Amino acid sequence: MATPALRRVLVVIPAWNEAASVATVIAEVRAAMAGVDVLVVDDGSWDRTSEVAKAAGAQVARLPYNLGVGGAMRTGFRYARRHGYDVVVQIDADGQHDPTFVPQLLEALTHSDIVIGARFAGVGDYRVTGPRGWAMRVLSRTMSLIVVTRMTDATSGFRAAGPRAIGVFATHYPAEYLGDTVESLVIARRVGLTVGQVPVAMRARSAGRASQGVLSASLYLGRAAAALLLALVRRWPYEEEQL
Amino acid sequence: MTHSAYILGVAAAIAVVSLVVELLRRRHLRGKYAVLWLGLSLVSLAFAAAPRLLEVLSSAAGVQTPANFLFFVAILTMLAVIMQLSYESGVTEEETRTLAEEVALLRLELERVERAQNDPSHGDEPR
Repeated sequence: MATPALRRVLVVIPAWNEAASVATVIAEVRAAMAGVDVLVVDDGSWDRTSEVAKAAGAQVARLPYNLGVGGAMRTGFRYARRHGYDVVVQIDADGQHDPTFVPQLLEALTHSDIVIGARFAGVGDYRVTGPRGWAMRVLSRTMSLIVVTRMTDATSGFRAAGPRAIGVFATHYPAEYLGDTVESLVIARRVGLTVGQVPVAMRARSAGRASQGVLSASLYLGRAAAALLLALVRRWPYEEEQL
Repeated sequence: MTHSAYILGVAAAIAVVSLVVELLRRRHLRGKYAVLWLGLSLVSLAFAAAPRLLEVLSSAAGVQTPANFLFFVAILTMLAVIMQLSYESGVTEEETRTLAEEVALLRLELERVERAQNDPSHGDEPR
């Protein structure tokens, strides 16, 4: 495998009504990695996300209607496969992810097919407490067992995928709830890809606040468990082919 | 069974058969569903026209009340049809999703080609 600097890297930013923050994120990505290619996938926004992203100098693929992060990301993976990129880095458009950690993700890609930028791994002071925190920890523990790597933040949308992962995800990337995070890791594992994580600091979301109640945490855990069970029992066409 | 109940049953079954035939003629029903619905409506017409048929079948199946046998079969059939529709809608959803993704990428390619045509000095390279 080539050294990180020699590989062609595409930063994919899935964006749904993020006109307020997407330009800043693009500028931060450019500042962290000069000359990197940026593809914003506008997931059916009704605000000016596409225009703002274009003005900021990114390539923009505009989905005709909202598909969810999974659909936006598969569009990005298809684009990457078609144009011969070796690495896809996913960064949220809301400014939660700090692009200065991307070089560390790329570095870790030399020994994993997928690298997750994870909170709760010692870096940063981002904490999720209470019932939602417990639910996230239960999910991460379970995911650690499945992907045979210690995971502290299974639902992180800050990640990098190498050439083999791009090939798989361009075809199979679920668009359902938690499909883009939890289920995609299960698929990766089942086709024999390796998963690693890099500790990152995340910033608080610029808008909106995660709900904190016991009820919503239980609901979250229930939906996550359902998504996980589905992912585990589903057959994937790739399984027979392997890699 | 009273006379009027008999007529009601037969009339309803005939109405269903004619509806299916009409939808077929207008090509609103696709082939595989057409056969399914035609078959189902003809079976219900047979049961309505010859109530003895239901009694014979249910006693053969060991069910004491013919109506219960009818409900059992009808519910199973509906369950099968609904499952089939769920399956089809899942397949369609995946297909439209793929189309949406392709449309987005094609639009991006098209804009790039147009830009390259208007200004041949740059634009043919993605970056």
